Amino acid sequence: MVDLSTAYLGLKLKSPLVVSSSPLTESPETIQRLEEAGAAAVVLPSIFEEQLTLESDALDRDLNRGTESFAESLSYFPEYEDYRQGQDAYLSQIQRAKSACSIPVLASLNGITARGWVRFAKEIEQAGADALELNTYSLATNASETSAIIEKELVQLVRQVKAATEIPVAVKLSPQYTSIPNLAMELDHAGADALVLFNRFYQPDFDLENLDVSPKLTLSRPEELLLRLHWVAILYGDVHADLAVTGGVHSGQDVLKSVMAGAQVAMTASSLLSRGISHLAAIQADLVRWMEEHEYESIRQMRGSLSRRAVPDPSAFERGNYIKTLSSFTLRQASSQA
Amino acid sequence: MREQQTVILDGNEAVASVAYRLAQVITIYPITPSSTMAEWSDQWKEEGKRNIWGTIPVVAEMQSEGGAAGAMHGALQAGATSTTFTASQGLLLMIPNMYKIAGELTSNVIHVTARAVATHALSIFGDQSDVMACRTTGYAMLASDSVQEAADLALIAHISTMGSRVPFLHFFDGFRTSHEINKALAISDETILDLLNETRVLAHRERALTSDHPILRGSAQNPDVFFQAREACNPYYLACPTIVQDAMDRFAGLTGRAYHLFDYIGAPDAERVIILMGSGAGAVEETIRHLNAQGEKLGLLKVRLYRPFAADAFLAALPATVKSIAVLDRTKEPGALGEPLYQDVVTSFSESFSNGDSRFARQPRIIGGRYGLSSKEFTPAMVKGVYDELKKAHPKNHFTIGIDDDVTHTSLAYDPEFSTEDPRTVRALFYGLGSDGTVGANKNSIKIIGSETPNYAQGYFVYDSKKSGSVTTSHLRFGPDPILSTYLISKANFVACHQFQFLERMDILAAADQGAVFLLNTPYGPDEIWNHLPKKTQETILKKKIKFYVIDGYTVARTAGMGNRINTIMQTCFFAISGVLPREEAIEQIKKAIKKTYGKRGDAVVQQNFAAVDAAIANLHEVKVPQTATASFDILPMLPLEAPTFVRDVLGMMAAGKGDLIPVSALPAGGTFPTGTAQWEKRNIAQMIPVWDEQLCIQCGKCVMVCPHAVIRAKVYDSALLPNAPATFKSAKPKWKNMDSELYTLQVAPEDCTGCTLCVEICPVKSKSEAKHKAINMEMQAPLREAEVQNWNFFEALPSVDRNRLSHTQVKDIQLLDPLFEFSGACAGCGETPYLKLLTQLFGDRLYIANATGCSSIYGGNLPTTPYTKNKSGRGPTWSNSLFEDNAEFGMGMRLALDQQKGYAESLLGRLAPIVGDELVTSILGADQSKESGIEAQRERVLALRTKIAGAETAEARALQTVADSLVRKSVWIIGGDGWAYDIGFGGLDHVLGSGQNVKVLVLDTETYSNTGGQMSKATPRGAVAKFAEGGKPNAKKDLAMEAVAYGSVYVARVAMGGSDMQTVKAFQEAEAYNGPALIIAYSHCIAHGYDLSYGMEQQKNAVLSGYWPLMRYNPALRAEGKNPFQLDSKAPSIALKEYSYHEARYTMLARSRPEVAKKLLLEAQDDVEREWRVYSGRAAMPGRAASPNIAPPEPEGKVAPLGAGRS
Repeated sequence: MVDLSTAYLGLKLKSPLVVSSSPLTESPETIQRLEEAGAAAVVLPSIFEEQLTLESDALDRDLNRGTESFAESLSYFPEYEDYRQGQDAYLSQIQRAKSACSIPVLASLNGITARGWVRFAKEIEQAGADALELNTYSLATNASETSAIIEKELVQLVRQVKAATEIPVAVKLSPQYTSIPNLAMELDHAGADALVLFNRFYQPDFDLENLDVSPKLTLSRPEELLLRLHWVAILYGDVHADLAVTGGVHSGQDVLKSVMAGAQVAMTASSLLSRGISHLAAIQADLVRWMEEHEYESIRQMRGSLSRRAVPDPSAFERGNYIKTLSSFTLRQASSQA
Repeated sequence: MREQQTVILDGNEAVASVAYRLAQVITIYPITPSSTMAEWSDQWKEEGKRNIWGTIPVVAEMQSEGGAAGAMHGALQAGATSTTFTASQGLLLMIPNMYKIAGELTSNVIHVTARAVATHALSIFGDQSDVMACRTTGYAMLASDSVQEAADLALIAHISTMGSRVPFLHFFDGFRTSHEINKALAISDETILDLLNETRVLAHRERALTSDHPILRGSAQNPDVFFQAREACNPYYLACPTIVQDAMDRFAGLTGRAYHLFDYIGAPDAERVIILMGSGAGAVEETIRHLNAQGEKLGLLKVRLYRPFAADAFLAALPATVKSIAVLDRTKEPGALGEPLYQDVVTSFSESFSNGDSRFARQPRIIGGRYGLSSKEFTPAMVKGVYDELKKAHPKNHFTIGIDDDVTHTSLAYDPEFSTEDPRTVRALFYGLGSDGTVGANKNSIKIIGSETPNYAQGYFVYDSKKSGSVTTSHLRFGPDPILSTYLISKANFVACHQFQFLERMDILAAADQGAVFLLNTPYGPDEIWNHLPKKTQETILKKKIKFYVIDGYTVARTAGMGNRINTIMQTCFFAISGVLPREEAIEQIKKAIKKTYGKRGDAVVQQNFAAVDAAIANLHEVKVPQTATASFDILPMLPLEAPTFVRDVLGMMAAGKGDLIPVSALPAGGTFPTGTAQWEKRNIAQMIPVWDEQLCIQCGKCVMVCPHAVIRAKVYDSALLPNAPATFKSAKPKWKNMDSELYTLQVAPEDCTGCTLCVEICPVKSKSEAKHKAINMEMQAPLREAEVQNWNFFEALPSVDRNRLSHTQVKDIQLLDPLFEFSGACAGCGETPYLKLLTQLFGDRLYIANATGCSSIYGGNLPTTPYTKNKSGRGPTWSNSLFEDNAEFGMGMRLALDQQKGYAESLLGRLAPIVGDELVTSILGADQSKESGIEAQRERVLALRTKIAGAETAEARALQTVADSLVRKSVWIIGGDGWAYDIGFGGLDHVLGSGQNVKVLVLDTETYSNTGGQMSKATPRGAVAKFAEGGKPNAKKDLAMEAVAYGSVYVARVAMGGSDMQTVKAFQEAEAYNGPALIIAYSHCIAHGYDLSYGMEQQKNAVLSGYWPLMRYNPALRAEGKNPFQLDSKAPSIALKEYSYHEARYTMLARSRPEVAKKLLLEAQDDVEREWRVYSGRAAMPGRAASPNIAPPEPEGKVAPLGAGRS
């Protein structure tokens, strides 16, 4: 029997299979099913500070509109003593998730202000999350904002959250940084317990009939894994923080590749959204079968085995890899034409 | 005496707090200004607050005040303690039950915010004509004068009714007391329990009906015993005053606040005394203190217990030295010898002298007068005027005070400059715009000052008559002594103007005292503001040596993320410069209040407000006032000089806030006003207005159609007229086949627009090179104003398109029809007014409107200016409002009269045939008026008829002249909201629909009592939060359409303009064409739904797509053609209900507050949609009679009725 166990964020996990932040991890019932299907941990959907601010503003505006204007109708709604804020629902979601399963539950937070990051992080910790994943992406649309400033703010933010909380903190990164290794090192120094590579984003899509733009999120495709493997393999060994792959993990082989690149865990969601929760068991079965066929004993054994520092020619991850791929493809094409 | 907690509250809350705790059953119905008491009760019930017996009272909304009284009567008969709250017409609807409840000697209290009864006009404001109409019911009547007294006497009323078995009407002045915020001492549960004699409560319960010990009550009696039995109640009424005084005395023992049946205040040896009841007592008391301190000997007798009138106690309360008395009544009884209180006073004196036991040496001279009708100001200056009159050898009797009666010369003169304001009292005036948060911030300030300092505080708020862009005036007083001043501030030592544009037409500093502080919110900084002030304002600042501060509040608000909410910014500035509290302490308190007010709505709002407070101080600047007034412009008149005389001189005064100065002679007796007056009131309330892109526009007319304020108009006109156009006037080639040689213009009325943006949202065209640019786009108004005013005036002068050239069933064509409903003061983005505008475009020149009370009667008929107008021929809608409950009947009466007059005219025509000529008579009598061209032709014939009989000097010819117009088809439309149609007026509506009369009913369904502030009606959907449905309405909306369909003879349509404007137009045309009753239920988005109304039409579309609002038409005329009369015009639901409903706060606030309840109700509501869809689609799929044979057994050969004959 092969040993699938791994450790991530200081938590012992029964396997590297983690279900990433997605609608699947919204309800305790689904989390239970995920656990049964083999999930070693789950990351809850993100709480967005921006969303909470918008909701708060909207509620205030909607309840104020038209008030104190006309003698007969000084208000239009009864005044409630209390409203359930978005964070209240989220915190209770953490609690319900925790009581529904025995695997670690990781909360996910996307803030916009330093105050918001720290405040929500503390609340999430108090609600009982095993760890916190900081979903740190912000879209730089302002030309006067330099990449250095953006990175500095991010590092500062991680430092603040680490100072305010005791639970482990993972930082989910965007692939769109100029020097990922440098940023990773800075985050490492700031105390990040893990780096999660990479975030996937909504992209604006165009509605040609209505001349409109609407945000769209498509499910990940297996090809997206390569970008993650690439960077995990580069970072492995250079940072103390754990590494996690998310995006493009669709099969047992994808998990193997992630671990061999150097990741502690491989996160998946799109594959389960498109093929059902039972696909998780299939991934795990594939994983076990491959390890047995290839006589691997444990996951730990293979971690980082194909990382930059473990392969004979590290330049394969740099310039060489690119060239080799192209040339091999060109050769194959040439031979088939022949 | 136990310690009492200080509270800051208004009269309504004070009373409700007592009534709630002493009731087991509370029956409610909304009516201004009492609604708040019912709202508090519903809220407390939802919060689980208990009465003094430890249970949560039942709070039940009824369909009318009549229903509320009936249900209360039933609850009382079954042994519960029960109460209700009402005013004005609502109280009048309770009168029949009040006779019964009193006749049965049943303990009960009705709390009344005394309000004017509608006579020549409706008024929501305070006087005592409603309670005076109840004098004969047998209810005891107890009057409160202030917020504190309202709480205290509410309790005494409840205690006394239990003791006496006489039911009580406890009243206090509407708005002045019900809405005044003041510092008061709360009444504790212990005090109530100590006062309440539980044995009496048990006795009340034991008198109840019970099948365990059955009794019968409410028998029918014959002449033999009724009279005697009626007299049997006398001992109870004789005992009642003593019982009330006993309750007052015990209350004094517990609280230290002593009351008497009649409370005398003033010099013990006064010679001149005023007698009155209600809030006016505050102004009188203040005046007496002031004048007596100067050596006068004046007195005031406050009447507390008005019925039963205890004459002995009354006479005993007056000083024996009194020589002359003025009795002031806040009501009018036309034709009476005098008003009610006056008559009671005269009778009391007369009886005491005729009995020979009077304690007065000689009968004082007694005069009676009227004051304060409809919240007319009653000031110390007026009080002094009355006392001065009492000094005269022959004082005027049956006088009025506070007005200039130059017709029957009843009014007393007084010196308006006389003031008794305490110099230690801070008097602050704030001018704001509805919804800019000024009033809310001031309410907060009162709470801060009243609870955090030893000061007393008073707040009173005045709103103008418009629902959009209304001006609010806050009157705040703070001082070391209790504040009695029950009148508006006329000498303020702090004036804040929160809207810079007010300075253009308002004399903001008129009420500023010498040396006052003036705070102005303006985009201009301290160095540039002076040159932007009108001359008069500059002069006042100099003359009164005013300290002047400015802040650019809107910029500060936007920077803090607060949009247009400047409330906390201006509040901070007030505290910073008024010196009421030390600045730091004030800021701390403001932040505390912010946390309390907004904390529950989320931290973000709190943080924004905090940021705004901090930024306010940093951006507040004192203006170095120059030595001289340099302005080249002055304050503009409210209405232009070129307006018709009556509009300019009378309505203009009202619009300028100087209506108090209009003399009686200037106002029409009977309340008749001209139409077409809103066009003169240019309010300039929009910061941004729509601008037409003539290149991009496809001329679909949707923007014209949805504009709630009729400020977007389109015309097609002769291109030869263009050369005279102003330089920036735009035009385009018309996209009509038969008009392509002419020109088309879409024009916006820049000074009438409210900036709601519905037009931009509905515009279907986007620029090919810049998607955000549409065929109509919002731009800043100020730079456009001057040019667009010229363009609008030019456009107005262009001829309208000949109506006969247009199809009246196409939206595109209808946009070219003149609207005869324009520039109403409805909410910006109102969902009702587009339907009314459409109605007037289609049938306006022959329209009689019977309008139920509600939003549509307020924006339709509230002075100073009104939106219904005339066409170029002088024809247009004629409009009237009877009551809330009887509108269908009112409209049917109009129809009956019109039909009768037409019949009479036809009969006269026959008799005058020798003069008129047979040919004309025949053509008039046989005219086909089913189409507009036929109506126009008939108008021509009637004109010819008039000419022919003009010279005939016979009685018949003269009579025909008066009724000849009835020969031209007239259309009667009965209009109202869902509160009327579904609830209070449903009985009448149902009857009228069933009558078969040719009347059309338009229900503007906002699914709530919008006008009174969003209370639940039977049109409120399941799961929506409304007042009186705080926990979300638990049951489904009534299907009024199917109830009407059930008659089979009523044309019925459900329409939603945003769902299908074509279907809406079709329904209006078919309803009008149908020769019988028609009902159109129009989905009307509303500010009470809780979302940005610029998305109103989108929401209407979503309502239809979700199946929540199926579009249908039921046309009985189709049955005659053998078709199924039921037509479904919308498709099966294509989106979930949630995708429609969860855009609106009325649903989402429940999901945010009680998610489990919301989830359950949403599920049920979705089921409602599906159930209704099955019914509608089933009806629509039914075969017409032609397609399916008779269901009943065939009748014998030869007797089968032909299709459509007697079977429709």
